[in-house]
Amino acid sequence: MEWSLRNVPAPRSVRGGAVTAIVHAGPSTAELPPPVVSRRRKWIPYLLLLPGGLWLLLFFVVPSIQLAGTSLYDRSGSLELGYSQTFAVGNYVDAIATYWPHLLRSAVYAGIATIICLVLGYPLAYAIAQKAGRWRNLMLVCVIAPFFTTFLVRTLAWKSILSDNGPLVAFFRSLPFFPDDFRLLATPAAVVCGLVYNFLPFMVLPLYASLERLDGRLLEAAGDLYAKPVTTFRRVTLPLSMPGVIAGTLLTFIPAAGDYINAELLGTPNEYMIGNVIDSSFLVRLDYPQAAALSFLLMATILVMVFSYVRAAGTDEVV
Amino acid sequence: MADDLVLENVTKRFGSVTAVDDLSVTVPQGSFFALLGASGCGKTTTLRMVAGLEELTSGTIRLGDKNITDLRPYRRPVNTVFQSYALFPHLNIEDNIAFGLRQRGIKNTAKKVAEMLELVQLPGFAKRKPMQLSGGQQQRIALARALVNEPQVLLLDEPLGALDLKLRRQMQIELKRIQTEVGITFLHVTHDQEEAMWMADTVAVMNDGHIEQLGAPTDIYEFPSSPFVSNFLGQSNLFAAEVSGKDGDDLLLTAHGERFAAPAGRAHATEGRVWLGVRPEKVRLALPGEETPAAHNQVRGVLTDTCYAGVSTEYLLKTPWGQEMSVFSANAAAGEPLSPGTEVVAHWYAPHSFVLDRPAGSGDEMTQYSADPLGVAP
Repeated sequence: MEWSLRNVPAPRSVRGGAVTAIVHAGPSTAELPPPVVSRRRKWIPYLLLLPGGLWLLLFFVVPSIQLAGTSLYDRSGSLELGYSQTFAVGNYVDAIATYWPHLLRSAVYAGIATIICLVLGYPLAYAIAQKAGRWRNLMLVCVIAPFFTTFLVRTLAWKSILSDNGPLVAFFRSLPFFPDDFRLLATPAAVVCGLVYNFLPFMVLPLYASLERLDGRLLEAAGDLYAKPVTTFRRVTLPLSMPGVIAGTLLTFIPAAGDYINAELLGTPNEYMIGNVIDSSFLVRLDYPQAAALSFLLMATILVMVFSYVRAAGTDEVV
Repeated sequence: MADDLVLENVTKRFGSVTAVDDLSVTVPQGSFFALLGASGCGKTTTLRMVAGLEELTSGTIRLGDKNITDLRPYRRPVNTVFQSYALFPHLNIEDNIAFGLRQRGIKNTAKKVAEMLELVQLPGFAKRKPMQLSGGQQQRIALARALVNEPQVLLLDEPLGALDLKLRRQMQIELKRIQTEVGITFLHVTHDQEEAMWMADTVAVMNDGHIEQLGAPTDIYEFPSSPFVSNFLGQSNLFAAEVSGKDGDDLLLTAHGERFAAPAGRAHATEGRVWLGVRPEKVRLALPGEETPAAHNQVRGVLTDTCYAGVSTEYLLKTPWGQEMSVFSANAAAGEPLSPGTEVVAHWYAPHSFVLDRPAGSGDEMTQYSADPLGVAP
């Protein structure tokens, strides 16, 4: 019998269902009309964003606009007599001229604290992620545990640890290189220590998240390809944990730059940061235009630093 | 030979579990050597010990006359192709391949990388990222990354496991071609016995931390040395038998009241309790009354099942003593297969049998060896 398509028996579908129109000629069954998105579907993403968007609008955008307006008021006004809107850009100039040391100090203290947090936090995060084994959860709890007490109480605890009558200062005074009136409290070092202590978990947790995802087999492959452990760290671990490093440094630097509690409790007015100035401006001197101007200056400083940092580091992902 | 890889009494224990038990083997230089075994038999652990990624509990590993047992992985002239490829996601293909070269201080890597890409048939891929490649392409890059360093031994840890069948076949041919071309010793770990037999010059069948049998694929397939090997590589029919006498070069065997013969050269045990084995594809079926050729062993039986697979048909028949025997029949001529219930005589040329030792305590009951691929009953 001559073979031709007509003689080929119809294919039996695996599931025993009806034969689909494969063998027969005709219009392709693969063409379907384009899907129609119902009108309701288009609006759903926006509906989901609505609560968060409203919250942002109400509690951030509106106050920010109001604050911006306040920063341009005439400074000679007051709450009793009222303020007049004079678009006094001079407020900003005055603020910078008077308080630029504080702005600088905030950036420097926060910067140093961030670097110390990175140096301390990276090995800790690495150990928890790669080496901890069954102790991992316990160690993570230990990192987070300080948060169960308030920020204020923890910082006050540092005040008594670093006090002049405490054992730590006594230990330093007993060492040969340190003067007898050596102080830890009321120094820039104390403020930076306080910042490091309070913000360390913000550095450790994103780093841990990034390092935990690191595939151990990549490290084995690097070793197999003649890379010594230090080289493996430099060429494989560090680049792959970069998103975590960036997230951690941002989460540490930004709040640290605006912090004022550490400076207030552990330092003197010589160590006051821009946060302290804003605080006293708002609450003590009641100089609202200046306080508002200072707030925006702080925001601008942080934004500029963060943008250039993220650009320089150049990753697509954050964590 | 000068640069053979020699493992001597290598043992690895994880706590109370012995993964590799006093293993000794020599991998000749330039050969394609396969470590074959089921999951958990210790083959991957052995490979990792050669790579330096696991420490030995005891024993030594030598490469030529150099003892590499205590060397860290980055000091061994050995490279690995990992099962998961482990390509560096943050580097492009060129940097991935050149990684090992750069660690050794070699500066002009572009030419070597290009040569490697030609070898694995992926020219022009240098600037892409691993994420952009398919599984088969990633596997070839992983191979290139290891080979470019010209190691003395290339270790492959089930590298084809994640590929689909067609691609796997293609890669098997490729790997064999590359190994022949480059001449490096390949140590290939796999659980796929077909893959091992296709590609390797020598196959070592591992079971429970030790090597059961080692040899060329034809040798270990045609003459297995233990029930485990006889059923891990392909299938075998095993009959519990006793040696009842000798006739010149042949052994005379009695099994379940029937008489069989096998050449002494095809026996691992020549006295007492033995297994008489024959591969299913060596057995022919004849209808009762038909003449069976001389020098053939025979077993009568009734067909219980017929599995028609196009290329061949597998018959299952029940012997008079109740054992199930399997027969593979190539469908060399068109025609209907025999149907279940037919009485047949299964016969095979006696020299196709093999005889294995049957220690006391095993095989006294009628175990279904042919049906149980891992089955070595105690």
